[in-house]
Amino acid sequence: MSYPAQSFLSVFRSLAMVEKTVEKCCISLSSSNSHLVVQLHCKYGVKKTHNLSFQDCESLQAVFNPALCPHLLRAPARVLADAVLSFPPALTEVTLGIGHGRRVILRSYQEEADSTNKVMVTETSIGEEDFLQLHAPEGTAVTFCLKEFRGLLSFAESANLPLTVHFDVPGRPVIFTIEDSLLDSHFVLATLLEQNPCSQDLCSPSPRQPMPQKQAHSIPHLDDFTNDDIDCYMIAMETTVGSEGSRAQPSTSLPPVSQPSHDLAPASEEEEEAEPSTVPGTPPPKKFRSLFFGSILDPVHSTQDPSPVLAEDSDGEG
Amino acid sequence: MKFRAKIVDLACLNHFTRVSNMIAKLAKTCTLRISPEKLNFILSDKLASGGVSMWCELEQENIFSEFQMEGVSAENNAIYLELTSENLSRALKTAQNARALKIKLTNKQFPCLTVSVELQLSSSSSSRIVTHDIPIKVIPRRLWKDLQEPSVPNSDVSIYLPALKTMKSVVEKMKNISNQLVIEANLNGELNLKIETELVCVTTHFKDLGNPLLPSESVSQSRHPEDMAEVHIDIRKLLQFLAGQQVTPTKAVCNIVSNRTVHFDLLLEDVSLQYFIPALS
Repeated sequence: MSYPAQSFLSVFRSLAMVEKTVEKCCISLSSSNSHLVVQLHCKYGVKKTHNLSFQDCESLQAVFNPALCPHLLRAPARVLADAVLSFPPALTEVTLGIGHGRRVILRSYQEEADSTNKVMVTETSIGEEDFLQLHAPEGTAVTFCLKEFRGLLSFAESANLPLTVHFDVPGRPVIFTIEDSLLDSHFVLATLLEQNPCSQDLCSPSPRQPMPQKQAHSIPHLDDFTNDDIDCYMIAMETTVGSEGSRAQPSTSLPPVSQPSHDLAPASEEEEEAEPSTVPGTPPPKKFRSLFFGSILDPVHSTQDPSPVLAEDSDGEG
Repeated sequence: MKFRAKIVDLACLNHFTRVSNMIAKLAKTCTLRISPEKLNFILSDKLASGGVSMWCELEQENIFSEFQMEGVSAENNAIYLELTSENLSRALKTAQNARALKIKLTNKQFPCLTVSVELQLSSSSSSRIVTHDIPIKVIPRRLWKDLQEPSVPNSDVSIYLPALKTMKSVVEKMKNISNQLVIEANLNGELNLKIETELVCVTTHFKDLGNPLLPSESVSQSRHPEDMAEVHIDIRKLLQFLAGQQVTPTKAVCNIVSNRTVHFDLLLEDVSLQYFIPALS
């Protein structure tokens, strides 16, 4: 059965009150009028009864298996929760991956379509030592919805439990698991399908440069902070007084930023939460480029066929 | 063109963060001027800001433990960058307990000011690194002439300001009644904030404020101490200025050029801020 989460939450709205006054809570199903009955037996003989209406729905079975994901990382929820604090609240998507020196990187993700309206990019890098487990090679990365991630992180943090992240190639879902003796929860999020990963490399003459060695220039911020000698001072300016031209002209010695001529996916809604479904459909493929992990992935690997879909677009729920 | 700087002292970092927060409240977009001795935050786009201009100056050696810059050329040893002020203050906000902070001019997909913060968290054994790439626009040299330090006008009256928080709460309430405000002061240490509408006039009087000593050749010498010099200004501009002041300034002076400009001259420890609000035409 399904019912709006808000109604259920409103029963337990005041946690302090619940802890102080509620002695017992009975949850039962009233078949006579299709209500979920939540009864709070409180002190002094007070009984609060909440009748929540619900709808019958299909039995849903999500198709996913964390064991099939080749990559894994596990950390106390606090470590990741601290890391996402530095992102602006409005940020929609974040990329998680392994960077140089086995550091785990979280970086704000910007859609290519926004490149004219340049936005600040924020990146947090966490040392391997802070992780309980890290089984993923350098260069792997997936992008998913930050809002959902924040939500599940705060749950894990409040339960004081470690969080395990199972992931695979971009496009395959990422599975977050939180478990202890009482509960076993899995959060499955869709990840963005990767597009040509090397077309953003400013430093190589040709747009397609698969080898990572030349990428050091494009990932200077992953260097050891204290030995940071790599600076990119490549902003050349017109130096003559009174020269005409636009406000800030880049030097002609810079290779132009290559604009890929790929079609971006039509502005369809991103599938953020994998909804279990028995009918396979095709999610709207959303392409993006892996900008900062260098092109560890061979461009040939960017799949043209959409991967098998595990879940359909969710219906427009309230 | 080159710029890199480092802050390791927590007090300096907090000070710089406070300045940046203030700038973010005063100007959505501003110009950052980097020169060998100083950093300036400049707002001079008179059209866009409705005539308001701002000049904020700080000595770089009071903030940065390391500072290297190379301007556009040897004769023009400065860098002018345009950026969204909020980006810088947001980046600095993540550096609250940082061990070190670095700022560099870089060119990632576009020219950026990269702020790198090294954090030492209690929850982790290793250090955490947070990097922010703030997009910037480099301002070409032919536009630099519009971004120079404004000349201090010969004011009719110069007076020390009352507590800015008090002024702010007064102006906030006045804003609900009128869009225009008259600010007037005299050489007797009196300052008034007045609003007038058809239905009501409200005036707040501040007394015993004190006036800074004037140079002897000043025009104001011949001025009667009780005479008020006044300017009609947009109340929202005054409110924006006051809302940006989070800290009590070391010194706060208001210079009034009758019917022309109000000039606020503040000193916040070692940082100077000048803010000009023009008279309504």
